Amino acid sequence: MGILQVQNVNKSFGGLKALNNVNLDIEEGAVHAIIGPNGAGKSTLLNCFVGRLRPDTGTVKFQGRSLLGLSPHQINQAGVARVFQTPEIFTDLSLLENVTIPALAVRDGAFRINAWSRVDAQADARAQAEAMLESVGLADKRNQHAGNLSRGDKRRLELAMCLVQDPKLVLLDEPTAGMSRADTNATIDLLARMTEEHGVTKIIIEHDMHVVFSLARRVTVMAQGTPIVEGTPEEIRGDSRVQEAYLGGAHV
Amino acid sequence: MDAILLQILNGLDKGGAYALIALGLTLVFGTLGVVNFAHGALFMLGAFCAVTVNQLIGLEQVTQDPTQLTPWGTPVEIREPYIVSWLGDTGLLILEYSVPVSILAAIPVMIVIGLVMERGLIQFFYKRPHAEQILVTFGLAIVLQEIIKTLFGANPLPQTPPDALRTAADVGVMFGFEPGQIVYPWWRLVYFLFAALVIGSVFAFLQLTTFGMVVRAGMADRETVGLFGIDIQKRFTVVFGLAAVVAGLAGVMYTPILPPDYHMGMDFLVLSFVVVVVGGMGSLPGAVAAGFLLGILQSFASMTEVKSIFPGIDQIIIYLVAVVILLVRPRGLMGRKGVMEG
Amino acid sequence: MKPVKATARNDHLLFVVFAVVVLAMPIWLAPLGAGYPDLMQKFAIYGLFAMGFNILFGLTGYLSFGHAAFLGVGSYTAVWSFKLLGMNPLPAIALAVVTTGVFAWVIGYISLRRTGIYFSILTLAFAQMSYNLAYSVLTPITNGETGLRVLNDDPRILDHMVGRGEADGSLVATLFGVEMNGMPGFYFCAAFLIIGMYISIRIFRSPFGLMLRAIKTNQNRLNYTGVSTRPYALTAFVISGMYAGLAGGLLCVTDPLAGAERMQWTASGEVVLMTILGGAGTLVGPIIGAGLIKYSENIFSAFNEQTLHGIFAFLPDGIEGAVVSVAGLFVGEGWHLTLGLLFMIIVIFLPGGLIEGGKRLVDMTGRGPRGGGGGRAGDAAPQAAE
Repeated sequence: MGILQVQNVNKSFGGLKALNNVNLDIEEGAVHAIIGPNGAGKSTLLNCFVGRLRPDTGTVKFQGRSLLGLSPHQINQAGVARVFQTPEIFTDLSLLENVTIPALAVRDGAFRINAWSRVDAQADARAQAEAMLESVGLADKRNQHAGNLSRGDKRRLELAMCLVQDPKLVLLDEPTAGMSRADTNATIDLLARMTEEHGVTKIIIEHDMHVVFSLARRVTVMAQGTPIVEGTPEEIRGDSRVQEAYLGGAHV
Repeated sequence: MDAILLQILNGLDKGGAYALIALGLTLVFGTLGVVNFAHGALFMLGAFCAVTVNQLIGLEQVTQDPTQLTPWGTPVEIREPYIVSWLGDTGLLILEYSVPVSILAAIPVMIVIGLVMERGLIQFFYKRPHAEQILVTFGLAIVLQEIIKTLFGANPLPQTPPDALRTAADVGVMFGFEPGQIVYPWWRLVYFLFAALVIGSVFAFLQLTTFGMVVRAGMADRETVGLFGIDIQKRFTVVFGLAAVVAGLAGVMYTPILPPDYHMGMDFLVLSFVVVVVGGMGSLPGAVAAGFLLGILQSFASMTEVKSIFPGIDQIIIYLVAVVILLVRPRGLMGRKGVMEG
Repeated sequence: MKPVKATARNDHLLFVVFAVVVLAMPIWLAPLGAGYPDLMQKFAIYGLFAMGFNILFGLTGYLSFGHAAFLGVGSYTAVWSFKLLGMNPLPAIALAVVTTGVFAWVIGYISLRRTGIYFSILTLAFAQMSYNLAYSVLTPITNGETGLRVLNDDPRILDHMVGRGEADGSLVATLFGVEMNGMPGFYFCAAFLIIGMYISIRIFRSPFGLMLRAIKTNQNRLNYTGVSTRPYALTAFVISGMYAGLAGGLLCVTDPLAGAERMQWTASGEVVLMTILGGAGTLVGPIIGAGLIKYSENIFSAFNEQTLHGIFAFLPDGIEGAVVSVAGLFVGEGWHLTLGLLFMIIVIFLPGGLIEGGKRLVDMTGRGPRGGGGGRAGDAAPQAAE
């Protein structure tokens, strides 16, 4: 039984069927890519995992527990972290603070008034944050404002913010969108290293095949709101239905 | 039944003023993306346009008539407005209709004020955070109201409607009620009709002209329209001028109903903001509908029967409605999803 | 620029310096003509008001336009405490803070369901509503236009218990036999200002404060980081309301009279101005802002034609008259005009406030001409004190 189970999920916007009977089973420890052409429903599906959208029918279960109706912070507290298409970080705060906040969120839960002690006295969270910054190679910038980072560094920081929480599942929404080739490769390396070091389950939404085939062990192809094929990258590469979905398969 | 009709009528003029101010606020917010806390001041400036015009055309020529003597032996002073001595009966007519005549003066004045405000200040705040827009226009509102206070003093300056409209209309008779049951001042009726006319013209302008089309497109998706080029900037300036004129005219015509004073702008602004929020930020029909709706609700709340059950309800009804609407339907009555919900 | 690091030691130092500066106000304000008790009380009280506002606006970025309502509630509560319990300021202050806290919780609970301008308009609507109510229906509680004051035949239970029930002349808040006007009144307020500062420092440096700053910079990310943001913002709102209630209570300790005009939205605007003038999100900025506004108000309101003629006497007659009549617009009754202009100037040129401006000045001189390259005022978002 997988860590994330999606069963019979349907979602319509007005008359438009965005998700059509989606079934997915993500294995624990897997790096699972969900690919598909634009409008295939990848992002809609992701939004159903994180509490932003509620499916019309069906269930989304994480470790046997339904995620439906939970708010984003509850889903995160359950162990699901999320990386956004454009890096979402705390631009006005220092890098160290950026990573300390998620560490505190794990330690203190969704809400705790801790107004009397000092942030710099929270040795545990502080140490975790420092170590994580070290691990993604941003330690020397720890006191800089996050807003001044390059796009690639922002992505690193965001990953650090997710991983410091030691999540059970990380959702990555087009982690290399809008990046230069160099930044993309650096991000792929980082993600690959993360997989080795942390071994956390990842779901990657992506349409850049280069990224998908570099990272994923398992791939689901979506078209018109429905998963059409699932398999290893090699199997996907040769599948005629996938090539059809991508209109002649120029990318594949 | 007649009481209900009367309250609806009573709410129409105030509702008209709310609708006109809210319309401009929404136009400016929708196109320029600016929250203008000085919009109420434009309403107030319009009202003082009427005051100024009235004072100017009322200027009197003082002549002495040596043939007539006062009991103290000095010649009798004859005061006659210049305009009457120049134009005779026409002058008298202009004097009597000074409020509607002020519209002619108010339109160019408000256009100029609007353009100066937009070019001189607002344009620099398009990209600044909403908080800063609020604060700078708030400062501007204080400045404008203090200038008016310095020029015209702190006391309200009552204006009179034309004689013909000074009486009340027995509206009830028109709807088949007994005479005397629904009596309603003519001027308030005029105000409502005027408001309806202005609102109609603005909508027609936006619907029927290419200019209006661009503006509506801009309200729907500012970013995309912005891509078309600098031209948009100029149009937005015109929109601001238009909003200023609408607010100004609302002020001009309101003077016989409420004697203008320097803080009337602030008073109406807070309420108009609430109207915009209730109608739905960014929705023009919403602003108009909510304006009339809240005006009428307010007039119902001021009925003695209602007040005896809920004392003070007339003071807070609008705010209560706003709070309930925002909680139940955050985007307002007619607001589009996603507009300023964040 | 080398930011001063916000270590525990530096914060202690900041606090001690702050306390000394506040307590020494009578000494260093005297040469500025501001060393008299009434004005210094105002500095301390409005400093607290702005300090509390800053905990909400400076940290979370939520712009409340209705904080004057809390000032008013604090004032009314304090006067009622005087009327019912007696002229001891301590219960009055305690009750003012608690009542305002409850009131702020109710308003915050509703208003914080929305963000951005909606939040501002909601708070504004609530404040206007409170103001209207205080003027009309709630007259039995607020005494309407006349304002609420302590009367000789009020119960004042505690006063009667200790045999101080009969008072001749006007009633003044009294603590341990010391009347809370003049210098004792100032020191009483100053003590609260210093306590308020201590709490403020603790909040700023705490994990709670960090979460509030995170709300300001990216509330969405914070939600996806497993933090429930609304209770954090609500707590900040209530704390900030309690500061305002404290300030309102202190206003009545120094002068036991509460009126509805204290709740008007211009008063809400004033505290916003104080905060941004000094620098929203900085520890001491809002207090400096409050001091400057109240100081200028005092100076400008006191001027009249006579004093202006005195000042400009050195000018030739014709010019002098013109200058005086222009300057006359901005002083005395015209203080509000000056306030409005000040408002605009600050927002246009120095949205980060004086502290930010000072930093930038140091920056520019420190790094030479190159540092000032991007001199656009609008770019600098107010940041928390480092």
